[in-house]
Amino acid sequence: MNNMPAILVLAPLLGALFAGLAAWIQKQLSYYIALTAMAVSCFAAVSVLKDVVEAGTMQYRMAGWAPPMGIELKIDLLNAMVLVLISAIAFLNLVASVKSVEQEIPDRAPSFYVMYLLFVVGLLGVSATGDLFNLYVLIEITSLTSYTLIALGDKDRGHLAALNYIFIGVIGASFYLLGVGYLYITTGSLNMADVAVILKGIQGSSAVLTAFILCILGVWIKMALFPLHVWLPNAYSFAPVGFARVVAPLMTKVMVYVMIRLMVTVFGLDYILDTLHLADAVVWLAVTAILAGAFMALSQTDLKKMLAYIIVCEIGYMVGGAWLGNDLGMTGAILHILNDALMTFALFLAVGNIIYMRKQVAFSNLPGLFSAMPWTMAGFVLAGLSIIGVPPTCGFFSKWYLVLGAFEAGAYHFAAALIISSLVCAVLFFKVFEICFFASAPGDPDHHVAGSPQPIHYIHAAGHDRAGGDSGAGTHPPAGVMAEAPVSMLAALGLVSIAIIAAGVYAGTIVNTIILPFLQ
Amino acid sequence: MSDILSLIVAKYNFWLYIILMMIGLYAMIAKNNLMKKLVGMNIFQTAIILFYVSIGYKHGATLPIIQGGHGGHSAHDAVIRAADYINPLPHVLMLTAIVVSVATFGVAMALCVRIYQRYQTLEEDELRMRVSEKNNL
Amino acid sequence: MKFIGTVIVCLTGGLLLYGTMDLPDWGDPGSPASTHLSDYYIEHIMEQTQVPNLVTAVLADYRGYDTMFETAVVFCAGLACFLLLRDFRPKKDRYFRHVPTGVMLHFKNPDTRMIADNEFEHMDKDWVPSDMIIKTVCRILIPFIQIYALYVVAHGDFSPGGGFQGGVIFGSSLILMAISYNLKTLVKRVTEKFLSIFAALGVLIYVGLGVGAMVMGGHFLDYGMLAPLLPSDPGHIRALGMLGVEIGVGIAVMAVMVIIYVNIVSEGRHDEGL
Repeated sequence: MNNMPAILVLAPLLGALFAGLAAWIQKQLSYYIALTAMAVSCFAAVSVLKDVVEAGTMQYRMAGWAPPMGIELKIDLLNAMVLVLISAIAFLNLVASVKSVEQEIPDRAPSFYVMYLLFVVGLLGVSATGDLFNLYVLIEITSLTSYTLIALGDKDRGHLAALNYIFIGVIGASFYLLGVGYLYITTGSLNMADVAVILKGIQGSSAVLTAFILCILGVWIKMALFPLHVWLPNAYSFAPVGFARVVAPLMTKVMVYVMIRLMVTVFGLDYILDTLHLADAVVWLAVTAILAGAFMALSQTDLKKMLAYIIVCEIGYMVGGAWLGNDLGMTGAILHILNDALMTFALFLAVGNIIYMRKQVAFSNLPGLFSAMPWTMAGFVLAGLSIIGVPPTCGFFSKWYLVLGAFEAGAYHFAAALIISSLVCAVLFFKVFEICFFASAPGDPDHHVAGSPQPIHYIHAAGHDRAGGDSGAGTHPPAGVMAEAPVSMLAALGLVSIAIIAAGVYAGTIVNTIILPFLQ
Repeated sequence: MSDILSLIVAKYNFWLYIILMMIGLYAMIAKNNLMKKLVGMNIFQTAIILFYVSIGYKHGATLPIIQGGHGGHSAHDAVIRAADYINPLPHVLMLTAIVVSVATFGVAMALCVRIYQRYQTLEEDELRMRVSEKNNL
Repeated sequence: MKFIGTVIVCLTGGLLLYGTMDLPDWGDPGSPASTHLSDYYIEHIMEQTQVPNLVTAVLADYRGYDTMFETAVVFCAGLACFLLLRDFRPKKDRYFRHVPTGVMLHFKNPDTRMIADNEFEHMDKDWVPSDMIIKTVCRILIPFIQIYALYVVAHGDFSPGGGFQGGVIFGSSLILMAISYNLKTLVKRVTEKFLSIFAALGVLIYVGLGVGAMVMGGHFLDYGMLAPLLPSDPGHIRALGMLGVEIGVGIAVMAVMVIIYVNIVSEGRHDEGL
């Protein structure tokens, strides 16, 4: 029997427990345990993907009970891809994070790693499970860990951001739970496949409609779709770097995955598109989300906040693509889960490197980065180009599918929103590149072109420059001096950059072997 | 009129949970004090528990512990009829939900303690004022 | 905010009420929820697991995977309280009482050391002289509460109860100790290290039993596979597995309850508080 699906989820859980225990022996030990656990999980995910591609959907019965009595893990092509994505990103981030965790939370590093692993357990579990209620429990694990880790970040506002996130997150999770309750009361089952079969017979029921709306609403709150996004920018920009880098690319994408899973597997696309006629409204909502995210990003003066709003914008792409109602749109949405996770991860890795060296990423802290941190900036530029959608990078291909899907569905407003947001992203990133490229001298009036609203930081940084430019971490090194991030962080960024190119080059293969067979 | 009344009477468990839930939701959105919001959150989650537990109830059935099953094999002799026992599944699910809500409440309380230590207040408008003061410094 | 709140409440309430129109009546034995899975559980659990308490059987066996994560959630909450609140810095203001005279000393400099002596005792800021009656009654009560907690854990298979309930009762007996004496008394007897190790150990017992079944060649958490390891009636093995799992849950819940209480009441300092 193949136990890989279980090992995939259990390795980080066991790792978390052992890391917690090992911290009482030796603090360093917990990091290595965490690393080993993630490596095992990553290996298991790859082997599961290989099996699923070769042999088709994989089912694993927990405690040996046949579904729907027991809980089953059901891994088809879509989850397998998401699982590999999660475990690989979590593993790479763990490699890259060791230095920034040392810098940011030195006294609580072991607990941080335990929490981090539990967060990854939640994400992996959400993606692997085939049971509606189990999904809720695992969503709650991810939420609880992310509340805590976000609060560990910014000393002044981290706690408030986390508490806000708790209130909204609880409403989201509870809506989902209520939706599952309505489904349970009408079908009597909790297993996704079983529920789907029973739902076919009772599609007209108002309870099923309510269940659908509640589930989708709950997932939308958790993924921060535009009007429900209020918690995201603060939460992600105040989180400690080591955690922001994994929550930003993964949390929202996993929720998009949950939405697609609910739509395709549980309720069925026929029910959603043909019976409900909600698709047009949702595509319009996605258009608003894309435009609002892009324009709110334009008004930010902090790189982290800007990226957070870009995430809001990208969520609009995926939701819109999934609701277009044709295979091309769905393909684009699924491909964008993969691509957007890679791009966002690369951007946040680069931002993490900058924060490691300069503490702040307000635009006023960025000048001179190209000469000081050339490798980091190379990765940043590549990821930025990918977000804009420049051809050899992967971002182009998912946008291409989305635009094709929009034309096929006749949703020209969606295609227009995609193109406008790409232009806005281009403006945004070239603005950042420009600020980073020109090392303006302290006191240079041009410096204010960047629109620094925080003169305190500026004067503070400039003061260091005048004081002789101590090139240690946290100060503003003089222009032209290399002050690059540690190798572990650069290596992770390099790997992700390669992955971005590779995902672009092999986009056709991914679509043909994973996404299209899944949609059949 | 009597139709609506009979509808309400037949499904009054749902009406009760919705009323309770809306009280909690309103408190979470409209109250100014963070502790009151937390209490609202708890009411909100408790309403869901009430909803699930009411699903499990069956007229004429008792709680889901097989009678005469203790220790021996006597239960094998008697036939177990499904109509005699209420549905155990919602209870199981709600045990999980209770634990989750307690855990969330604990974390939220810890955050409140930290926020109070930092800003000496739990009123939301005052907090917003103090945060913006800090940013403008 | 009040207006927005009212609007959202009305919309959500309306949606939920609309959804109830097609739901079965309360207590209807023929509703899908009470027939599909429910009937299977009620009719087959006794022969498959020999556990008369159906809730425990579904919780720890059929949906044991859920319950494992539920225990992980509990562990997570304890760790979260520790991470967010624990404060190792020495406190600025300290109070000492000279026992024979009752004079209070107030130390403002954190560096000043007070030599531990029988004549002085460390005081809480909000210290109240504890009552002899309360102390004595609690001292008598606590062991009984703990025995009852163990009973609830051990009899989870047969009567209402189980790991969560028993763990909470056990934890509350320790919290009672902190309330009736003071926090120091509790922290001295049940140290932080002890609690953190037990919280992790409880979850580890659960996961370990599951992994054990996997090593023996079954699915994860398939307690039936543990039969060769235990000198017991193979038909009864699932009940034993559930008992083991419940013990793990009980330990984790007990430890986490105390961790949350201690950290919140003392704002993470573990020296004074309620």
